[in-house]
Amino acid sequence: MTYFPEEVVEHIFDFVGSHRDRNTVSTVCKAWYQVERLSRRTVFVGNCYAIGPERVMARFPGINSLSVKGKPHFADFNLVPYDWGGFALPWIVAAARLCPGLEELRLKRMVVTDDGLELLARSFPNFKSLVLISCEGFSTDGLAAIATYCRGLRELDLQENEVEDHGCQWLSFFPDSCTSLVSLNFGCLKGEVNGGALERLVARCPNLRSLKLSPAVSVESLNKILARASHLVDLGTGSFAVDHRTDVYHTLMNSFPKFKSLRNLSGFWDASPCCLRAVYPVCTSLTVLNLSYAPAIQGDDLIKIICLCFKLQKLWVLDSIGDKGLAVVASTCKELQELRVFPCDIYGAGTTSVTEEGLLAVSSGCPKLNSLLYFCYQMTNAALITVAKNCPHFTRFRLCILDPGKPDPVTNQPLDEGFGAIVRSCKNIRRLSLSGRLTDQVFLYIGMYAERLEMLSIAFAGDSDKGMIYVLNGCKNLRKLEIRDCPFGDIALLKNVAKYETMRSLWMSSCDVTLGGCKALAAKMPRLNVEIINENEETYEFEENLSDRHKLEKIYVYRTVAGPRNDAPDFVWTL
Amino acid sequence: MSTTETGNSSTTESAVSGLDYEETQLTLAPPGGSRSELERKRGFSEGLGLSLETKDFLSGSSDEPPISGAGEPSAAKAQVVGWPPVRSFRRNVLKSCTYVKVAVDGTPYLRKVDLEAYAGYQQLLTALEEMFTCFTARNYPNERRLVDPVNGTEYVPTYEDKDGDWMLIGDVPWKMFVASCKRLRLMKSSEAVDLGCITAR
Repeated sequence: MTYFPEEVVEHIFDFVGSHRDRNTVSTVCKAWYQVERLSRRTVFVGNCYAIGPERVMARFPGINSLSVKGKPHFADFNLVPYDWGGFALPWIVAAARLCPGLEELRLKRMVVTDDGLELLARSFPNFKSLVLISCEGFSTDGLAAIATYCRGLRELDLQENEVEDHGCQWLSFFPDSCTSLVSLNFGCLKGEVNGGALERLVARCPNLRSLKLSPAVSVESLNKILARASHLVDLGTGSFAVDHRTDVYHTLMNSFPKFKSLRNLSGFWDASPCCLRAVYPVCTSLTVLNLSYAPAIQGDDLIKIICLCFKLQKLWVLDSIGDKGLAVVASTCKELQELRVFPCDIYGAGTTSVTEEGLLAVSSGCPKLNSLLYFCYQMTNAALITVAKNCPHFTRFRLCILDPGKPDPVTNQPLDEGFGAIVRSCKNIRRLSLSGRLTDQVFLYIGMYAERLEMLSIAFAGDSDKGMIYVLNGCKNLRKLEIRDCPFGDIALLKNVAKYETMRSLWMSSCDVTLGGCKALAAKMPRLNVEIINENEETYEFEENLSDRHKLEKIYVYRTVAGPRNDAPDFVWTL
Repeated sequence: MSTTETGNSSTTESAVSGLDYEETQLTLAPPGGSRSELERKRGFSEGLGLSLETKDFLSGSSDEPPISGAGEPSAAKAQVVGWPPVRSFRRNVLKSCTYVKVAVDGTPYLRKVDLEAYAGYQQLLTALEEMFTCFTARNYPNERRLVDPVNGTEYVPTYEDKDGDWMLIGDVPWKMFVASCKRLRLMKSSEAVDLGCITAR
């Protein structure tokens, strides 16, 4: 290969798409490293503290697409304190200086500020796509800056962010000359929306294919929008409840039949059963349906809509669908690949909604099922074993039994055998979340069989250090391990320290690791950041005097070439 | 810092750390302060498999110690921080625990209403009327009933409160009703006589 001119090598690398393959290719020899780094267009940084932005951009000066992730996953569940970190600004600043050709930026679980958004908007003349997922720290003012300065913006996708509302005018900041939008998602915004500005924006963007509205967008407004946007492929409704006796309702009922291209439906924030009927005409062509934010829709109404959706590939619902509704999914949705069933009643007193029966039905009726997120009140080993037999193609399997540590209600046994069957049968499983009563045995199975496992989430499980050790010694491809409320301590933490350099990160909270154990880990592995998150104000002032036996509430361990971070707040201590 | 161990079955400290520490090591932290909370937590999670099998954990008894060390305000129920693992965004959108089921006697209708969406009884009843489109309201001096014009059946709106008692809607102040209502039932007037709080008409 060394006799090939660089252009040829570069051309060959064009066909090497995935990050992992390109990373591998760059390690072959210096020549390939050079060609690869200069021709790389997309970079994904899984942990923003693993490497500094300048270093990334110095190595890859030609990138036009950057994706960065910040906080650990358990931040989604309020386990990471508010100002832990994950700041986007250094990345935007570096890119502004070193990669002015940037076209796409995707940030997940990061703190983004209005200043950052304004800098972003002004710095990249070719900027086309901004995707923010589970971010916070910015307001509608930042969005106004994006609207104002990003000429030629194609995509603004805001998913589940915490956005401060400084008024509804940000939409008006899209100039009249802005006609390039293809995708606009502001479903997470809480404040009022300027309906007129929105309608005009939609009307002048002929390429708009994906539009997701916030709950504040009225049905009236939706009607006007739908009248101008019949090429939509992906729609997230705004408010979806009006009195059935009004003209608005009748217009809504007549709005959907003309949508020939509509494939994805979501939103339905406050949807009423009456209004839900409006979408029946498009159900037969839907591939994605998200009704998981519509608590007022009961099982029977869900069934009425689902039995029309025979092309559905992805379904997100609330557990009000019930086992009965899942049986209808099983008999109707033969193309189903992904199912998510969320709990309706998070704090309530357990209205039994879905059990192992529902999951069994779907597993036997939907042969293409490969991705599952299932919140339920109970699960049995027998059911899991059958599911494993029915669906050997799972790549993502996340089961959340709402009662922590609950055993199989029929046999009173832990769920080790059930999950064991899943990992034995599903050879391609990449992501797994466990729940229910589990002993060390399940981890033995996981270590033994889950060869492709990349991410494992464990809560209220295990008996001893052995459990964690089985996983660390077994799962060759493990990248992220997150553990809460398990009896794993220093012995497990220190058993296989080299493993952590092959992984992105380890999170442990409410376990048995001590300060001494973490100090030992940090001493042995200088290329790891061992962060101790200590929110107990009484103790962090006296950190020098803490006994090494002091059990640590939260630790976050990750590999890095950037050393300890310089933006850590007081309550984060990097050993 | 106290080095006393509680009787939990997790690994003993000295074996774990592999370091020998004098039992009498002095620190400035209050004795047993932060440890005891963590240990209680450990003890609780240890005991999970045993003590919670027959309890509905989420409804929880007030005996259970609060799990969280992060200052999460504990309501009457013991709630574990970050459990169930549902994103905050979703939690906030679905926060309405005031969604209650509405059943109508003798029909398969089952709907849900968000009580917090209404300012008072009048709006609620108007909404019920809209929801079950065939009904029209009929106002009596002290109560309201809904009538099915097809067969003339009268329904009285009732609710089950947190104590499990069935009550007539309208008897208590609105806010108290919202706080105590678990579900609604449009009961046939003929049956509602048994409630004892209305007279047969």
